[in-house]
Amino acid sequence: MTDIASPATGRPAISGAVGRLPEYLMIWVPLLLSAAHLISFSLWTIWISFTPSTLVPVTGWVGMRNYNAVLASRNWQIAFDNLLLFGSAFVLLSLITGLMLAILLDQRIRGENVLRSIFLYPLAVSFVVTGTVWSWLLNPGIGIQKLVHDLGWTSFRFDWLVDRDMAIWTIVIAAIWQSSGFAMALFLAGLRSVDADIIKAAQIDGAGAIRTYWRVILPTLWPITITVIVVQLQFAISAFDLVRALTNGGPGIATQLPALVVYDLMFQRSQLGRGAAAAVLMLLILLAVLLPYAAWRYVQRRRATHA
Amino acid sequence: MRERTFAPSRFLIYLCVLLIAAAYLAPLVVVVLNSLRTNEEIAQASMIGWPQQWAWSNYARAWSGFCVAETCAGIRPYMLNSALVTIPATIISTLLGAIAGYAVSLWRFRGDNWIYGIVTLGLFLPQQMRLLPWTIVLRDIGLINTLTGLVLIHTIQGLSFTTLFCRNYYIAIPHELIRAARIDGAGFFRIFWRIILPLSAPILIVTVIWQFTHIWNEFLYGVTFTTGQQQPVTAALIALSAAIADIPQHGVQSAAVIIAALPTLLIYLLGGRYFVRGLTAGAVK
Repeated sequence: MTDIASPATGRPAISGAVGRLPEYLMIWVPLLLSAAHLISFSLWTIWISFTPSTLVPVTGWVGMRNYNAVLASRNWQIAFDNLLLFGSAFVLLSLITGLMLAILLDQRIRGENVLRSIFLYPLAVSFVVTGTVWSWLLNPGIGIQKLVHDLGWTSFRFDWLVDRDMAIWTIVIAAIWQSSGFAMALFLAGLRSVDADIIKAAQIDGAGAIRTYWRVILPTLWPITITVIVVQLQFAISAFDLVRALTNGGPGIATQLPALVVYDLMFQRSQLGRGAAAAVLMLLILLAVLLPYAAWRYVQRRRATHA
Repeated sequence: MRERTFAPSRFLIYLCVLLIAAAYLAPLVVVVLNSLRTNEEIAQASMIGWPQQWAWSNYARAWSGFCVAETCAGIRPYMLNSALVTIPATIISTLLGAIAGYAVSLWRFRGDNWIYGIVTLGLFLPQQMRLLPWTIVLRDIGLINTLTGLVLIHTIQGLSFTTLFCRNYYIAIPHELIRAARIDGAGFFRIFWRIILPLSAPILIVTVIWQFTHIWNEFLYGVTFTTGQQQPVTAALIALSAAIADIPQHGVQSAAVIIAALPTLLIYLLGGRYFVRGLTAGAVK
């Protein structure tokens, strides 16, 4: 994140003649506003999570009571289980889809640019639009199931959207459709940067195409794989719009996710303290992903500079 | 792989790629076709089908006809809201980010690494941690339920991304260039206008596309801080589906969805290369 590519001495200092007030204002005001809002907003939300606030923020201290209440609520438990299932299924499947697409596109095929645009365009569309469209397609009364029925196969069933046990998979489907192109783009860039000599050497040794991919090319992709996993997990943990548009947490609360619980507590049940506690729990889940990633990046970079 | 292969495997590769491409395009095609079918036709068959008669009037009704919560002005006012939030917030956050990125990459000042490190934390902090504080700040400064309030939020939050993008781009500019300009007597802003900005076209395009797409598509802040006539189009789409859930009008709704998705889709089609560059730059923080 903050790799210092330039030695501090290389950059001129802002001082003396160039250090006039307008410069300082232009540099510091936006940066300070940004940094101050990040720190103060986080601290404030953490503080609220320890107060008995309900409709309005109030002072006071209730210790872990809000956290215990959130963790004990059925809403959060379902949301957390869903997050584990949705997060792992979505990340794994979009990795596989993205890698497969990247390998296919890497075969010197015609129209690669057009195809790449097709796999990436969902990323330009909002999750609200994606969710709405998939809610139509997956709705058994008007979508794919209805179409197949009209074609004559009347025993066909595809009603995950209204099935408590399967509804979470509709979110997995829509999320993969929306963002596997992202994995593809990163993997394709990785495939293109593999040293051609290594590949040639493998082929001279008599390795076939599949073997060359498996033994020589794919192992070089694992740093990219980790980046893709972390970015996709970050999306999964804070997923809100997509679920809101696709299932709105339903049927019942079967597709509840943490971000929906936070919104529900804060703005629909006016439980500010508990809502803040749920938001902090979300942050902790995110940190459980990001901190190991940051540590890994740090080690990677140290190794790169020492080598 | 990277050599000539036999025809059967080539055929299989093309078959796979084309099938998957069809699957990716299918939802778009279905919605476009639906937007041209009458509501009755969709109600009788399914969402998936070829228009029997081309119902272009769906677009007119979606744009300025249908009703959301007793206001019958179509999607137009909400599109306007989104534009009035997205365009200023994109421009302001990009400009401020360019100056901040220029300052932290090419100049030295007390606390520069610290402040940059904190600002980039904004890339990771979930929106949920900022919802309550923003509610209170917006209420205190009288901007709750206003477009200006949304512009303020998106500008400040966007700074994390715009500063990072520009800083990572400017870091490659040789310091000698700045030193030479300083010896010639140029100051901070003069160097920015005369030397840095003319070099910045690629990164500014990437940043503008990234910001525009994200702000246009944003939903959570829109639905939390605005109501009724002040909502951006993403929030209005949700309100629309809720409002007409009893009497489905899928033809008109499909047209509304297409209209709402059009600005970012057009930008993607025109600047796809820069769009992808933003995606990868955002990922490899």
